[in-house]
Amino acid sequence: METDDREGNRMWEEDSSHKHLLDVSSWINCIVASKTTKDTMFARGIKRKCFDGEEDIEGTLAGFKSVPSYNLQRQSLLDMSLVKLQLCHMLVEPNLCRSVLIANTVRQIQEEMTQDGTWQVINAQNTGQASLDRLVSSDILCRSTKEQNEGKLVPSYSGFSKDFENTPSQDIISDLSTVTSVQAPRNPQSNNVWEMENSQENRGNFQKSLDQIFETLENKNPNSVEDLFSDVDNSYYDLDTVLTGMMNNTKMGHCDVLESFSSQTTTNSNSNCKSDINELDHIVEILVES
Amino acid sequence: MRGPGPEARMGVGGCWPRLPALPLSSPPLYRPRAPREVVGHFTEEETEAGERPPGPFALPRKKLRRRKRPRARARWPACTSRSCIALPSRGSRSRRHAVREPIARPPAAHSRRLLSARRRRAWGAAAAPEAGREPARAGPAVPGSRCRGGSRASVGEGAGGGNDIQWCFSQVKGAVDDDVAEADIISTVEFNHSGELLATGDKGGRVVIFQQEQENKTQTHSRGEYNVYSTFQSHEPEFDYLKSLEIEEKINKIRWLPQKNAAQFLLSTNDKTIKLWKISERDKRPEGYNLKEEDGRYRDPTTVTTLRVPVFRPMDLMVEASPRRIFANAHTYHINSISINSDYETYLSADDLRINLWHLEITDRSFNIVDIKPANMEELTEVITAAEFHPNSCNTFVYSSSKGTIRLCDMRASALCDRHSKLFEEPEDPSNRSFFSEIISSISDVKFSHSGRYMMTRDYLSVKIWDLNMENRPVETYQVHEYLRSKLCSLYENDCIFDKFECCWNGSDSVVMTGSYNNFFRMFDRNTKRDITLEASRENNKPRTVLKPRKVCASGKRKKDEISVDSLDFNKKILHTAWHPKENIIAVATTNNLYIFQDKVN
Repeated sequence: METDDREGNRMWEEDSSHKHLLDVSSWINCIVASKTTKDTMFARGIKRKCFDGEEDIEGTLAGFKSVPSYNLQRQSLLDMSLVKLQLCHMLVEPNLCRSVLIANTVRQIQEEMTQDGTWQVINAQNTGQASLDRLVSSDILCRSTKEQNEGKLVPSYSGFSKDFENTPSQDIISDLSTVTSVQAPRNPQSNNVWEMENSQENRGNFQKSLDQIFETLENKNPNSVEDLFSDVDNSYYDLDTVLTGMMNNTKMGHCDVLESFSSQTTTNSNSNCKSDINELDHIVEILVES
Repeated sequence: MRGPGPEARMGVGGCWPRLPALPLSSPPLYRPRAPREVVGHFTEEETEAGERPPGPFALPRKKLRRRKRPRARARWPACTSRSCIALPSRGSRSRRHAVREPIARPPAAHSRRLLSARRRRAWGAAAAPEAGREPARAGPAVPGSRCRGGSRASVGEGAGGGNDIQWCFSQVKGAVDDDVAEADIISTVEFNHSGELLATGDKGGRVVIFQQEQENKTQTHSRGEYNVYSTFQSHEPEFDYLKSLEIEEKINKIRWLPQKNAAQFLLSTNDKTIKLWKISERDKRPEGYNLKEEDGRYRDPTTVTTLRVPVFRPMDLMVEASPRRIFANAHTYHINSISINSDYETYLSADDLRINLWHLEITDRSFNIVDIKPANMEELTEVITAAEFHPNSCNTFVYSSSKGTIRLCDMRASALCDRHSKLFEEPEDPSNRSFFSEIISSISDVKFSHSGRYMMTRDYLSVKIWDLNMENRPVETYQVHEYLRSKLCSLYENDCIFDKFECCWNGSDSVVMTGSYNNFFRMFDRNTKRDITLEASRENNKPRTVLKPRKVCASGKRKKDEISVDSLDFNKKILHTAWHPKENIIAVATTNNLYIFQDKVN
């Protein structure tokens, strides 16, 4: 399990640039690894429910001899769909048909999970606060998630002239909020997409990530998005932010950042990253000496 | 990086076209621009290099080289005074001509056939083509490296027996190397109504038209092969300032108009704009002007001593393509289909949420006949994927959706055909239910049969034939690649599940054809219920090679010559196929190559 945890960390750190397409099989691997709570669900010997088309996911799970459960497969499918919705080309308008089909799949999974009660279970486990409030809010979450998603689509497609002033500001606000959800998974300590330190974020994570997704369906100014993500990207290597701890967008402290750097040097094959880190080390040395 | 062209600058373009009145809830259309005529002059050398003819956006900017030989076509006399700086008025006609490319025809033996007999009659040309016709310019048989003509399909041997058609390789067009330039990816293939012309559109916005050679008396056992007839840049990449997005120049669909005179007309569309192109031949030019020399220089009127009447002299055949109509600014979403009505005056264009009806002569107005955009986009769950007019009834059309339904609408019922007249939907098979059921039920193409009685739909795994009189289920269903059903998750992962395959009928509506992966394509005979899988590959390059049927082994022991599902190449997909309307000739487009197959004739 430990190796898988590290693998999970590595996966999220490698995602320093959102443009890098994830190797989905290793990603699914990571999600599987990180679902420590799900261990009981795919213990060996449990029969897998018939799930069409998931045999390949089995094949890619390295090191797991047991058959993954239906829930697990459904979860990974959901995650994959969310990623797909996020990775939209910004320069060319995204394919509406594809987005609608993926969104329908997401909704379908979500509805099924709600019916199963799995949705509430996940939320309860992740926060560790199995309060009634949590359960109730999950219902509302599911319902409101849909409305949230759909609500977000309203400004995108009905951007009439009088709404124009509203939509950019809405975008920016929601962008800022969604950046937090993007950053949270990068936290090396949180191996789970759903596992958040901040309960508030956890509650809104799914909703926000769907928000983020549907905002990418909007035709927003790519500059703003790039700026946001460029902040995220560069902040790893930006000496100022590291030393002054002004990484507002992430939860990492100095130690975490340096840890992630050190693990990055070992695992990240990106040559730019290495040279930057070497430079960073060099600069840190100089500063420490002074 | 592409930048905006000169016309896109603010303030340029003249008056804005009049838009139809929109209800307030609709989103604004993107900034209207005056229709921009495509004017590009590029010499043959540039197209031969296989590169995209440079448009105004292409950077680094290639210097457009003007033709070395002067235009023989300035008909309108210009001001010859030295003090006048006005350029000779070329008139509006010449400005509209986009490309002038002399066709380098094969040497003389074929040049007598430059005009088909029918066209000669239409033009009323009395002169015999042989006399006085200059031999075609010697050179490579076909211009451009884009076309690599295969050898002529020669006499087939052996008995092609019974009802089975044996398909033979005929030609392949396109670059040989495996490194595919993105602009060369073929995005649409279409035969014209007579089958003589074959048009292809690619991702770079170009249209290449191939013409079938007339059957030679000496080779009675083969049909003519297709050679490049015309190439032109149909659409340019554009930039939408309102949304800060690029509009791709990829040609989504080409539809031919039936021929009414000597010229050919086709509609081509990218994501936002539809253009009507006129392709005409020019094989005569006037000679003997009084005020002009043969090379175009203007003569001093005082030196003219005698007068003569200009006469038409034959010249190298030149095929010109000019945009006659540009239908723009009517679609907020990406256009996926166009279909010409059987009245040959109107046509429809369908994007993801709306269908518009146009008149071919009117470019500043279109009628919206279907609108499935919900009032709240939150409820958007279904998009339009394809639409087509009925081949015989000019008031009927169908459109398919991403949920696997087809709606038939009658325009006589109401102006806005939001309520369908018929809804074709097959109930879902509960045993095959999975998370991907909806995605694979999304219809990627719908085609009416030539008779108009049936229509065919293509979803991800199957081809279904519907009788227009029966709505609750198709009359025939053919599985194209059922072995993929167990691989749906990985196909979803690599996005292959969203591939939009097309399908086509043969001329007699007895066989249907569609594409698959690994450069396979499948044909289903409706009468014999037999099907065949063939491969479009360069390995069977020799002419009159009968294609060997292929088989994919789904599971279990792999027999000899079978391919297992895991070794299929999902990057090699055949999305676009076309069948000659009268003969057994098919055109199959792989990623960047066009294969032409014919049936074996004895």
